[in-house]
Amino acid sequence: MSTMTIAGNDIELNDEGFLVDPNQWTEEVAVELAKENDIDPLTDQHWQVINFMRKEYFEKGTGPTVRVLGKVSGVSVKELYQLFPKGPAKIAAKIAGIPKPRGCI
Amino acid sequence: MTHKIVILGGGTGGTIMANRLRRVYDPTEAEITVIDENDSHVYQPGLLFVPFGLTHPEDIVRPRQRQLHDDITFTLCPIDRVDKSANEVHLNDGAVVPYDVLIIATGATVLPDETEGLTGPGWMEKVFTFYTLPGAAALEGALARFDGGRLVVNVVDMPIKCPVAPLEFAFLADWYFHDRGIRDDVEITYVTPLDGAFTKPVAAQTLGGLLTEKGIELVTEFNTGEVDGAAGKLISYDGREVPFDLAAVIPLHGGSEYVGRSPELGDELNFVPADNATLQSEAAPNIFVIGDASNLPASKAGSVTHFEGEVLTENVRRFLAGQELDASYDGHANCFIETGFKKALLIDFNYETEPLPGHFPGSAGPMPLLKESRLNHLGKLMFQWFYWHALLPGRDMPGIKADMPAGGKHRPEA
Repeated sequence: MSTMTIAGNDIELNDEGFLVDPNQWTEEVAVELAKENDIDPLTDQHWQVINFMRKEYFEKGTGPTVRVLGKVSGVSVKELYQLFPKGPAKIAAKIAGIPKPRGCI
Repeated sequence: MTHKIVILGGGTGGTIMANRLRRVYDPTEAEITVIDENDSHVYQPGLLFVPFGLTHPEDIVRPRQRQLHDDITFTLCPIDRVDKSANEVHLNDGAVVPYDVLIIATGATVLPDETEGLTGPGWMEKVFTFYTLPGAAALEGALARFDGGRLVVNVVDMPIKCPVAPLEFAFLADWYFHDRGIRDDVEITYVTPLDGAFTKPVAAQTLGGLLTEKGIELVTEFNTGEVDGAAGKLISYDGREVPFDLAAVIPLHGGSEYVGRSPELGDELNFVPADNATLQSEAAPNIFVIGDASNLPASKAGSVTHFEGEVLTENVRRFLAGQELDASYDGHANCFIETGFKKALLIDFNYETEPLPGHFPGSAGPMPLLKESRLNHLGKLMFQWFYWHALLPGRDMPGIKADMPAGGKHRPEA
């Protein structure tokens, strides 16, 4: 667990760098977390994905997988990897302030 | 009044449900109809053994209808769609089948066309999948002709049926090439989108250790974007490449296509969202889901379907009697993992408890958990008999219950 201070607010992160409380998320938090993950600046397409991830999470209780993102977010899987080269589902979830997408078994 | 119970799919889940419900209701109380597009019931755990000549296609297929008890109607026709607002199923031949309760048991299918290049040049020549009967049979020939080089086992993405089968395939390949005396000439590489050999930490460590012991290379976090059969390489979305001479690929999975044609029934991948504990669909109170067709966070495995069957039979009965549903399915799964050389591991777990070492069933049980043994291997072989003669007819298995046994499992030190 660690804490990061953004715009005067203390944001709690877990060991893997995901927000502990998705409600602490703001757009400033997203910008900072994106920089830490070597994404700067966040383009409109990044925001499209980030907002979609948050919407899905609050509706369904878990973030979408890359495959579902590719089918329904309006951004193809190939483009998703260009936007978030280190893994769209994981990195976009991190920047969107939601938990790591649940691993299937 | 006679209840109309319609079951879509005559595989493991559909057959178990039809036979169990037939015992709950006599024919004047309920009409039971099973609908499937073909009459071939494949014993899917057998597919793993076909490529290695350990079983043969004709030994793992039986007619669907013959597995159903008397007084169950079997309709052979592809499904067009479910109209939940009218409580009707529309079939491809134009027939309309009304239902009071609908059970979706149409499983998961492989979608090789969804991965770029997978069904292009090299498909069924040096790129195969053992997740279909023709694929498994063709792979037998390809393995027999294989005299050395790079064999790659690749899971494109989760979820897949039987998440341990790809690992078992790698272990069995190691044994197979040992037996043929050419193991030193074969490089085996296991390529997975996961960050370890398996999803859950304790099992991932044990299974990862087994890969290392057997000299199988593990490539993790590899999201296959393209299979280039002509050049013989897998290419990930982030540009990494894994070369191969022979590839066993587990394609993307989805639910049945008719789910996508049915308004407000399935999710983006055509799986049907349902309550984790009652198996009632989110689509409608009189629609239930069993087995691989659901989007439950449980393994897509026959054991899961078997355990769900007990809970779902009770829930269909309660629903038709106007009673509250039994929210008791705990995600229980129980899987043998073949590790080659006539040994196997056994894992037993549920939504909450990951696969752990110990004994099954319970602390005095004869089968070691998460540890190789010959008894587990014999258990896996014997299971085929139980499948046709006990599980499908809907009999309870001695000593094996729907709820996961909590005893006999060793939790890791915190």
